[in-house]
Amino acid sequence: MQASDRFNINSQLEHLQAKYVGTGHADLNRFEWAVNIQRDSFASYIGHYPLLSYFAIAENESIGRERYNFMQKMLLPCGLPPEREED
Amino acid sequence: MYLYSLSLQRATGIVCATYGNFVGGKTQEIVVARGKVLDILRPDDNGKLQTLLSVEVFGAIRSLVQFRLTGSQKDYIVVGSDSGRIVILEYNREKNTLDKVHQETFGKSGCRRIVPGQYLAVDPKGRAVMIGACEKQKLVYVLNRDNAARLTISSPLEAHKSHTIVYSITGVDCGFDNPIFAAIELDYSEADQDSTGQAAAEAQKHLTFYELDLGLNHVVRKWTEPIDNGANMLVTVPGGGDGPSGVLVCAENFVIYKNQNRPDVRAVIPRRTDLPAERGVLIVSAATHKQKAMFFFLLQTEYGDIFKVTLDCDSNDQVTELKIRYFDTIPVTSAMCVLKSGFLFAASEFGNHALYQFQGIGQDTDVESSSATLMETEEGFQPVFFQPRKLKNLVQIDEVESLMPIMDMKVANLFEEETPQIFTLCGKGPVSSLRILRPGLAVTEMAVSQLPGVPSAVWTVKRSVNDEFDAYIVVSFVNATLVLSIGETVEEVSDSGFLDTTPSLAVSLLGEDSLMQVHPNGIRHIRADGRINEWKTPGKKTIVKVGCNRMQVVIALSGGELIYFEMDMTGQLMEIEKREMSGDVACLDIAPVPEGRQRSRFLAVGSYDSTIRILSLDPDDCMQILSVQAVPSPPESLLLLEVQASTGGEDGADHPASVFLSAGLQNGVLLRTEVDMVTGQLSDTRTRFLGLRAPKLFSALVRGRRAMLCLSSRPWLGYIHQGHFLLTPLSYETLEYAASFSSDQCAEGVVAVAGDALRVFTIERLGETFNQTVMPLRYTPRKFILHPKNKTLVILESDMGALTTEERDANKKEAIEAAGGGENGKMYVDEQENGEGEEKEDPLPDPQYGFPKAPSNKWASCIRVLDPKAGETTCLLELQDNEAALSLSTVTFHDKELGTVLAVGTSKDLKFWPKKESAGGFIHIYRFVNEGRTLELVHKTPVDGVPTALCPFQGRLLVGVGQILRIYDLGKRKLLRKCENKNFPNTITAIHTYGDRIYVGDLQESFHYVKYRRDENQLYTFADDSCPRWLTASLHIDFDTMAGADKFGNIYFMRLPQDVSEEIEDDPTGGKIKWEQGRLNGAPNKVEEIIQFHVGEVVTSLQKASLIPGGGECVLYGTVMGSVGALLPFSSREDVDFFSHLEMHLRQENPPLCGRDHMAFRSAYFPVKDVIDGDLCEQYPTLSTELQRKIADELDRTPGEILKKLEDIRNRII
Repeated sequence: MQASDRFNINSQLEHLQAKYVGTGHADLNRFEWAVNIQRDSFASYIGHYPLLSYFAIAENESIGRERYNFMQKMLLPCGLPPEREED
Repeated sequence: MYLYSLSLQRATGIVCATYGNFVGGKTQEIVVARGKVLDILRPDDNGKLQTLLSVEVFGAIRSLVQFRLTGSQKDYIVVGSDSGRIVILEYNREKNTLDKVHQETFGKSGCRRIVPGQYLAVDPKGRAVMIGACEKQKLVYVLNRDNAARLTISSPLEAHKSHTIVYSITGVDCGFDNPIFAAIELDYSEADQDSTGQAAAEAQKHLTFYELDLGLNHVVRKWTEPIDNGANMLVTVPGGGDGPSGVLVCAENFVIYKNQNRPDVRAVIPRRTDLPAERGVLIVSAATHKQKAMFFFLLQTEYGDIFKVTLDCDSNDQVTELKIRYFDTIPVTSAMCVLKSGFLFAASEFGNHALYQFQGIGQDTDVESSSATLMETEEGFQPVFFQPRKLKNLVQIDEVESLMPIMDMKVANLFEEETPQIFTLCGKGPVSSLRILRPGLAVTEMAVSQLPGVPSAVWTVKRSVNDEFDAYIVVSFVNATLVLSIGETVEEVSDSGFLDTTPSLAVSLLGEDSLMQVHPNGIRHIRADGRINEWKTPGKKTIVKVGCNRMQVVIALSGGELIYFEMDMTGQLMEIEKREMSGDVACLDIAPVPEGRQRSRFLAVGSYDSTIRILSLDPDDCMQILSVQAVPSPPESLLLLEVQASTGGEDGADHPASVFLSAGLQNGVLLRTEVDMVTGQLSDTRTRFLGLRAPKLFSALVRGRRAMLCLSSRPWLGYIHQGHFLLTPLSYETLEYAASFSSDQCAEGVVAVAGDALRVFTIERLGETFNQTVMPLRYTPRKFILHPKNKTLVILESDMGALTTEERDANKKEAIEAAGGGENGKMYVDEQENGEGEEKEDPLPDPQYGFPKAPSNKWASCIRVLDPKAGETTCLLELQDNEAALSLSTVTFHDKELGTVLAVGTSKDLKFWPKKESAGGFIHIYRFVNEGRTLELVHKTPVDGVPTALCPFQGRLLVGVGQILRIYDLGKRKLLRKCENKNFPNTITAIHTYGDRIYVGDLQESFHYVKYRRDENQLYTFADDSCPRWLTASLHIDFDTMAGADKFGNIYFMRLPQDVSEEIEDDPTGGKIKWEQGRLNGAPNKVEEIIQFHVGEVVTSLQKASLIPGGGECVLYGTVMGSVGALLPFSSREDVDFFSHLEMHLRQENPPLCGRDHMAFRSAYFPVKDVIDGDLCEQYPTLSTELQRKIADELDRTPGEILKKLEDIRNRII
């Protein structure tokens, strides 16, 4: 295989990470992973109307309010990020 | 096991809606998305909403917009779904279909975070459409037309911004300048990095304008500005010559007008006076009304209040004032459409949808908030308060029933009718109801009148062909005939010319304007000028049967002689031909004269020797037998029904004209046989058992077309609906004889006799499978059980964040008193007084206005005993101290002292956020007293968690409390703990038992098979599932098999392998179960998944039932979207092969409308296994004739056979 930079695995991954939000990498920490999962989940709840209405019934809110709440939760789905350790 | 899945009732909830001129012409239609179904609705002249078209799309529709190319007369529909594709649809009027004009792929399928489909916005001039995702991606497609005036679509232009959450997008109306799209965006990149939380606190929503440069063909971020952080929705403000352009930003508590280079104009949304201060007011749906000279917006809040928003502009088109005025209150909607004809269509989030008519446009002095009077204080902007009042500007004119959401469902024959009833708990909060569904069409009774005897037959007859309405109702008795004339009133007449001293055999219009009465001794022909011709039977013979149409009459004399008459040019009835039949004739029928013809070609004759013959009436071979059919039982009644050639139109796909001979046999079976139009040969017979009595067949008119009424032990209607021939029972009593009826008051009715009464009724809501009986409930119903012995229902209702009825009544009283004291602010005293006055007459009904909001940790709950037959609540226990009833079961404890008791599991102080917790719960034990009509508390046992599942088990009670499964026995003061197993993963939500085996459903982890060892008094889990399943419904199928449904809309069956099952049962010492260890904390054995199917809606209940008498059992399910479906096990391998091939061909030849691959949709979470999608198979009749033939050829069948197969399998279910 021709060793070209363009095709090595790292640059391919970088390309994927840039294009598809949520693509993981080797140094992904627990927090980042969880944030991604949460955002994906909230987006899925918003997209699947039956699921959204199921939540709305449980919480006795209107579906519109429930959708807004889920959108709002996408900002900080897992609370504040941990402090970065300088290495 | 193979299953055939079929939706019986399509989803009734509405996700989103849009409206426009899709048909072309003046009328406006509404397009609604019901999750995976796309419907086109139209209000008819009487203001009733009619469904024009309903298509299953096998995908999740998330957004809809409509657009029109400049200068065009017709709108297109753009659909945003989970297909990763943008789809543009056009309504095809000729074929009554939606045609896919464009389908462009842009991403992966599924409802993903960054794949567009969630939002759609269109340039008001129809030049471009933007499709957006929740995060990052937005694509713009340029719409244009080519030389042949066809719609073209460009390749997508990206308007992405990473790390950005999008709340809403809309097109900005800027006339014919470059198209602009506005979006509410929130950038989270910094908040994700900053551990101090400062960035998150400072995160600011922005309003961004994206401009599509049509010249350069790219999209630029033109303008972005911070907006209120509560912003959630954008509404386009008319621009160009019609208004100031820009957008309305709807935010929590505010509506803000924004436009580039213009100052913001902000006004607060008025609040209900009883709203807790910490709650915001959010706009959830909006509608714009635009006329030549004016426009306004209707915005609805999450509490259901509609506000009318108007903008005042100065001469520079600069907005000077934004006014928000209270308009009316209706149940919360997911979409509103203001039609040009003055209707407001409100698609409710939960419960019935409604069509309202505007009575006013809110010009009165209602509470108004304006940007001009906006007051900013230190605590923020000063709120404006109002009190909801009765509808003033809107008046409801139609209601469309919606089952959404079905919370629980049970099937039983409590009323001892021919078919079982489906009891469903529907709705949420104030719109909760118990709905009893019966298969069949609803009937509206118009009149019932007693007759002076027991009639044997009834006919209606017009005076002339050109008359619109019927002139007479003729009723025949054993020895007399009664003639009633239809006018303003229906009254007896004697001047009609009919002979009233004899019974009648047939009455009809003959020729242009003469009438005919056939009686046992002859035919009486009454000419329009009053002349009467009488034909007498020869000798002592009497007429026994008659078949006639407008030109032809055939009579059968006793002994089996047939005489054929035809009307000649002069209007004389002439005898043409005779024929001796071998024996007495059982029944006769002639089809109506086809349009443009002299006569109908076929005569059908049924004989007592169990044969049906087709005779020719052509002059060349008159009365020759063309074909013979042997039938299993003597025919009782015949009807030749022409299924008219239709090229689509309002309710049909392509249908070649064909004549069907229907025969009601004495054994209760209806035969439908196709008659060859040329040779008269009979082929392709379909049979259906209708009831215990021999069906009598009559023709009726349904939507202007001939349809068939079959009267057996219950009445049935056979008619064509959207390309399908449907034979549906009517929910009405047994009838003897019927005729179609048309009068001033009732265009398409039926007049029938039953007993000694004459009944007139109409049939409504054609095409529906079920009709409903509705009984309102107080709070959101959770679960219920049927008490088969007492024939009552016990229903649990509980609402979170709601006040109990007592508290609400107290508050209401207080509010009235406060208003009476004039303390509630000077400005609104008038309003309050008005409100008070109304409240005294009729308090604001909750279903309309909703419940007042309470803090989210407050619960209101009740236990209700309801007698469904009388429709009355016999006992209602409201729970106190913040308890909420969540589970129930009947149980007979083994000491039997109390008999069967009711166990109810309640929670105390339950809350879900920020963490699910409760202050424990209780198990209430109630005794049924007063013949099971009321409940009496025996005792109440506190438990350490919430008892979420209860089940009787060997004279004791099994309780799931969180992770613990426990066995309780009855004590004097409370329940006594006998045994427990603490090792369940999350929360037990369902328990079923069979013998010693217990099936435990967990909230997240599917089913666990548990064995109870009596000698050791221990519970062992010996098998579980390998997939995590968020269980929402469960059903016990057999000893080894369970059916479940998960939160993501899948239904699955799982079965314990035969060898494992035997091993467990045959293990005498039990040592194996006891010591065997599973891996990774699981059980030692795993169950196998044998059925897997994605429904696409959260399934909330599963039931095993047989909906037709003598039919096989199937599994019924109900969903949150208000649909009811069935899964029928196939009985033969051939059927499985046939339907799986049909499904395969349909997948190929008829890909779903919105671009989602059918197989991928049914396998959205788990690959579909051994389920054939009947909804797809039933699209076969809607295909073009060539395609139908092509598929049929590949299956080595004829299209007719395929249609018959489809009809047969449907008839096995319902």
